[in-house]
Amino acid sequence: MFIHFFFDLRKAGIPVTIGELLSLLSALQVKIASFNINQFYYLSRTALVKDERFYDRFDQVFSSTFKGLETDSLEEVLGQIPEEWLQKKAEKFLSDEEKKKIESLGGWEELMETLKKRLEEQKEEHHGGNKWIGTGGTSPFGAYGYNPEGVRIGQHESRHRSAAKVWDKREFRNLDDSVELNTRNIKVALRRLRKFARQGSPDVLDMDDTIRSTAANAGYLDLKMVPERHNAIKVLLLLDVGGSMDDHIRICEELFSAAKTEFKHLEYYYFHNFTYEHLWKDNTRRHTNVTTTMDIINRYPSDYKLIFVGDASMSPYEITYPGGSVEHWNKETGATWFQRLTNAFPHTVWLNPDAEKNWDRKPSNQITRELMNDRMYPLTLAGLDTAIKTLLKAPKPTIPVAELDTEES
Amino acid sequence: MSNQQFEGTSNYVATEELKMAVNAALTLERPLLIKGEPGTGKTQLALEVAKSLDAPLIEWHIKSTTKAHQGLYEYDAVSRLRDSQLGDERVHDISNYIVKGKIWEAFHSEKRAILLIDEIDKADIEFPNDLLQELDRMEFFVYETQELVKAKHRPLIIITSNNEKELPDAFLRRCFFHYIRFPEMETMREIVEVHYPDLKKDLLAEALGLFFQVREANGLKKKPSTSELLDWIKLLLSEDLTAEALREQSTTNILPKMHGALLKNEQDVHLFERLAFLNKRKQNS
Repeated sequence: MFIHFFFDLRKAGIPVTIGELLSLLSALQVKIASFNINQFYYLSRTALVKDERFYDRFDQVFSSTFKGLETDSLEEVLGQIPEEWLQKKAEKFLSDEEKKKIESLGGWEELMETLKKRLEEQKEEHHGGNKWIGTGGTSPFGAYGYNPEGVRIGQHESRHRSAAKVWDKREFRNLDDSVELNTRNIKVALRRLRKFARQGSPDVLDMDDTIRSTAANAGYLDLKMVPERHNAIKVLLLLDVGGSMDDHIRICEELFSAAKTEFKHLEYYYFHNFTYEHLWKDNTRRHTNVTTTMDIINRYPSDYKLIFVGDASMSPYEITYPGGSVEHWNKETGATWFQRLTNAFPHTVWLNPDAEKNWDRKPSNQITRELMNDRMYPLTLAGLDTAIKTLLKAPKPTIPVAELDTEES
Repeated sequence: MSNQQFEGTSNYVATEELKMAVNAALTLERPLLIKGEPGTGKTQLALEVAKSLDAPLIEWHIKSTTKAHQGLYEYDAVSRLRDSQLGDERVHDISNYIVKGKIWEAFHSEKRAILLIDEIDKADIEFPNDLLQELDRMEFFVYETQELVKAKHRPLIIITSNNEKELPDAFLRRCFFHYIRFPEMETMREIVEVHYPDLKKDLLAEALGLFFQVREANGLKKKPSTSELLDWIKLLLSEDLTAEALREQSTTNILPKMHGALLKNEQDVHLFERLAFLNKRKQNS
């Protein structure tokens, strides 16, 4: 049973190891006498899960693995629920339309009859699928399902029977990886991008080396100096402003303020929707005070890490056609300028504050991802984390500019 | 192995899950890693465990400059150098210049000690990795004197973290872990009662209601925590306020009385004012 549980946890993506399982087992051995399921839940969680972000997933796995311990069998649960109660509940929660749908299966009597038949056929617990009783499926019987004719078994009934179980409450849901960021979280994620190096003039006393060389010098003091350590990572941050980005202002502000304190070499510029021949540093004077993109490419060495922040939602023409920009006439396509940037700074990622599920619906997003060679990540903790890892790895090959579009200059 | 168990103390309310985590760590002699929102009593836990088990508490507060070996021992080369130039006799015995660290202290305690490593995430990323062997085997080697320091009684090591850095997996694997959740209304009532046993029931109910209302306001930069609630109640008590006064205050004036103890920055105060104002207008219309 524990082996099963262990592998289910690993399947759910919780990094448990054999050592941790063994320590849980030895804990069980020492004090098994006083055990009830609640205590076992707390103990196993404390021994196996080492990050509160995994609490929610742990609760889910625990719930599905040990449900049998709680409710001896589904039949027994069902046996304790009076039919009227189910019906009453359904009347309370179902709309007229839904009730009509129930009729489609032959009405309540029919539904309960089918349920009993299924129960007889089914001997084990079941999750998913569309026929058997269990959780998460589309069968009319089970919990967390989508069938409007559904009869909930498991979650609500067992709650009714005993006090709600801790792991079924799923109170740690919002500690999972996909939470929104705040400045502190972002800083922690960005900190991974640190790479310390000693550069510049030696102005700090190197204690260890001084002692070593003094000893070698027969006890006569021999001072050794080293330069101070600095974070050697350099970042070029390009941020989309205005238009559809207005919905994401807060999170971008937070990312920006975190990045600003975290890196000594941070350069930032703004763009609107997509990159063209100009970028700017001051949003209020964006039309008078611009820097040409070519200048930026020439000014910064190629070891700068280039991070785009934008939702990449616009008309596809804004990327692929000359003159596609909404603000001015651009002689060359946005894509061309974009390629020039990514070629000049091969370590690059795109962070998208828009939810990942929306990405495929937007053609402009797909084009951008192609141009980025798939290095687009959602602006969540997990996304930021993978983005940073990508930045530290060797860059993916870029697509040569000429292949993309005909350019005249 | 001792059968001592931690059951909470007269002024610290430990939830069932927290007790389980502490007792598991005690029994299996593993370090216990504690995380949680600031102000939920992570550091306090070590103090209370030490008090309830009547064990000596050794505190090691970590700063960004703290190095792992400072917890073990330090070799004071500078005073040895000085002594050698003054011709002091002490100079011939190197062990005179070994300064014991907190971990050594805990290992050599006559009774089983509680070692608190506070805010481990403040230190450099490599810090936890440098302590793996010491925490696992509860022993370390002093190179200068060629001496192996072994724990007489394996101490209970309580480590707190505020999540500012991720801890390495190898380190996590050796610890038990517990996340102190923000207490619910009921637990909170117990906690306040433990600290202010004479508090009137109605004032407590009123204050807790207000407190959770403040906490639930969306978009607060820093949500008030347990320690802030306790401070606030202390203030209310010193002003000798009654529940009626508190209630009245919250309907006539927008901000709860003495809100300075609960809301710690001006954006939050503004935000809360705005929310409360909207709320009030809704009620009046």
